[in-house]
Amino acid sequence: MPDLILSPSNYARLMEGLAVTLQVLAGAVILGTVLSVLFGIGRLSEREWVRRGSSVYIEFARGASAIILLFWMFFALPILFGIRGWSPMTAGILALGLNMGAYGAEIVRGAVKSVSKGQSEAAIALNLTNTQRLRHVVMPQAVPIILPPYGNLVIEVMKGTSLVSLITLSDLAFEVQKLRVNSIVIAESATTPVLYLNVLVIYFLLAFVISQIFKVGERRMAAKFGVPQRRSRPMAGIGAAR
Amino acid sequence: MDTKQPEAGSDVMVRMRGVTKAFGENVVLRELDLDVAPGEKVVIIGPSGSGKTTILRVAMTLERPNAGTVEIDGRHLYHQEKNGKLVPASEKHIRTVRSDVSMVFQHFNLFPHMTALENVTLAPIKVLGMGKDEAQHQAVELLASVGLGDKTTHRPSELSGGQKQRVAIARSLAINPKVMCFDEVTSALDPELVGEVLGVLRKLAEEGQMTMMLVTHEMGFASEMADRVVMFDHGRILEDGPPSQIFKQPAHERTKAFLKAVLRH
Amino acid sequence: MNQVGERRVWDWDFVWEVTPRIWDGMVVIIQATIAGITIAMILGLFLALGRRSQRRWISWPFAAFIDFIRSTPLLIQLFFVFFALPEFGIVLGARTSLILGLGIHYATYASEAYRAGIDAVERGQWEAATALNLSPVTTWRQVVLPQAIPKVIPALGNFLVAMIKDAPLGSSIGVAGVLFVARSIGSQTFQYVETMTIAGVMFLAVSVPAALFVQFLERKYGYEAA
Repeated sequence: MPDLILSPSNYARLMEGLAVTLQVLAGAVILGTVLSVLFGIGRLSEREWVRRGSSVYIEFARGASAIILLFWMFFALPILFGIRGWSPMTAGILALGLNMGAYGAEIVRGAVKSVSKGQSEAAIALNLTNTQRLRHVVMPQAVPIILPPYGNLVIEVMKGTSLVSLITLSDLAFEVQKLRVNSIVIAESATTPVLYLNVLVIYFLLAFVISQIFKVGERRMAAKFGVPQRRSRPMAGIGAAR
Repeated sequence: MDTKQPEAGSDVMVRMRGVTKAFGENVVLRELDLDVAPGEKVVIIGPSGSGKTTILRVAMTLERPNAGTVEIDGRHLYHQEKNGKLVPASEKHIRTVRSDVSMVFQHFNLFPHMTALENVTLAPIKVLGMGKDEAQHQAVELLASVGLGDKTTHRPSELSGGQKQRVAIARSLAINPKVMCFDEVTSALDPELVGEVLGVLRKLAEEGQMTMMLVTHEMGFASEMADRVVMFDHGRILEDGPPSQIFKQPAHERTKAFLKAVLRH
Repeated sequence: MNQVGERRVWDWDFVWEVTPRIWDGMVVIIQATIAGITIAMILGLFLALGRRSQRRWISWPFAAFIDFIRSTPLLIQLFFVFFALPEFGIVLGARTSLILGLGIHYATYASEAYRAGIDAVERGQWEAATALNLSPVTTWRQVVLPQAIPKVIPALGNFLVAMIKDAPLGSSIGVAGVLFVARSIGSQTFQYVETMTIAGVMFLAVSVPAALFVQFLERKYGYEAA
């Protein structure tokens, strides 16, 4: 058993990496959520240019993989726009957020569409404006449908944050690579498999925490409606954040 | 044609002229003319596919007609006057005129994430700009008047079908419409719950002022509270007259056949 | 060749010059993906059957493995295969590691798709097989799997598309894929805009048709992927 545990200083370094991972995750999820709602609803707009534009963004950001987006953002963008001091953190959040937004938009769109037509008709019969209808009637009913696949999507983004290690950002994945190099040099430090296993467990725990948070959210939504709404979607979000 | 024209000079609450509606190849309404006087209770009957639901939905702007005009209380719903000519109306204009019409649906369409009270106060607050207290006060009164004064904090999932429909009626009344459309509002209810909803409708009819257009299969109910019964068939009005005439001495064979089939149960 | 300080953003000559090399990298990616999806499809079925076992001591380890692999980054798993396995005496080349890593990672996703497809076969089918006294093997081969597989195909198509997008991760363990090539050329010439954009365009040129193909599959098999 003791062979599987790392030294405290190793853990300290890993935790520093984890902190960076969490920062990237938070930034990407915030950006991704905003884009998801904007473009998810945009895809359903009555105005054709809004619909088309949203479709273009979604297809483009989904077709490009997260890593390609990331590399392009980090290497090509600053040259293209002549930006100096372009941090990998910014590139990471932008790339992951844009990628997430495309998948999230489809989730939002599907959920909004699935809110029964009768609800919209009732809102029209009460003469609510389109915005009021979305805000007060449709979205509150779409959110419980969005949550389960959205939770999966956030976990995919979390996994995707490991990519920023490839553009020299000191996240958890980067730290473990550094530790590994050290361990080759220093004889008694942890072996490579042990290092990686520890990191995998940390990521696993992170995924667990995220899924629990969403489960709580889903339960609270169900309570609000008085009827269990959870539709378990084991496949949702797969293919996301790539 | 048997449409009854209102007397010259009297106001008309709903005036439809030449309304045509098709869904793809399927023509559901054919150049329909219909007038409803203020405070009149009109019951629309007919076989499925005859267009009776569609005509209500056109009045409620849930379906847009392919041709024809609709006037609500003297104002064109789908058209505006510009330089003395009639042009297609802007969305803004449609919304303005639409505020005089409301609808109660077959499947209630209550907002499941709100309590009964919130269902009834949402539109008055957001659309009529009523203050929250005033809206709530009105809502409590309306819910009491439909017999649900003790259910204000209940969610739709906790209510029976009949109760849900009564909340839906209160919700529509809360926006103060001039015309109310009822689209088969008892068809989705268990038989023992139909009576409580009909009771509310009866009460509403007796109070007098509301113009009501109802599509229903409840012929007994129709014969007692309707001022006029209109029989639809294949997108046109086949017969139009007081209940005593339509139910007892229908002029057309198809009306007779339809009534025979419906009243058999 | 650009001089530092002079901003020539797009050099067409350079573009035509390097495109073949970058395309070679794309071919590597495509090959790895095809090999990876093959492993995933086969291993995935095996994982699904294990996961569905009635015996807890079998199903639980399978479930734990599937959950663990699905919840952790592919990148770390690649590192493990390439850097850590040698400590156990298993030394694999970069390309093989990539294919194996992709295969195992996506096998876990595929196993869930198989499970959903198998579960979707109606109870009545199993009961009919029992009533006809069919052996378990026959039941699976002739009754269940033929009905389950069509439902799984669109999902597998989605995984193919996803895998194409993950294969460039191989650049982190030295696989000369499209990203690796683009980056190394870029680091020599500093013309990242061209190399990265070419890589991106090539990528879209492969992944978008693949995605459209998957949509076609979904329509053909008429089922919603989950």
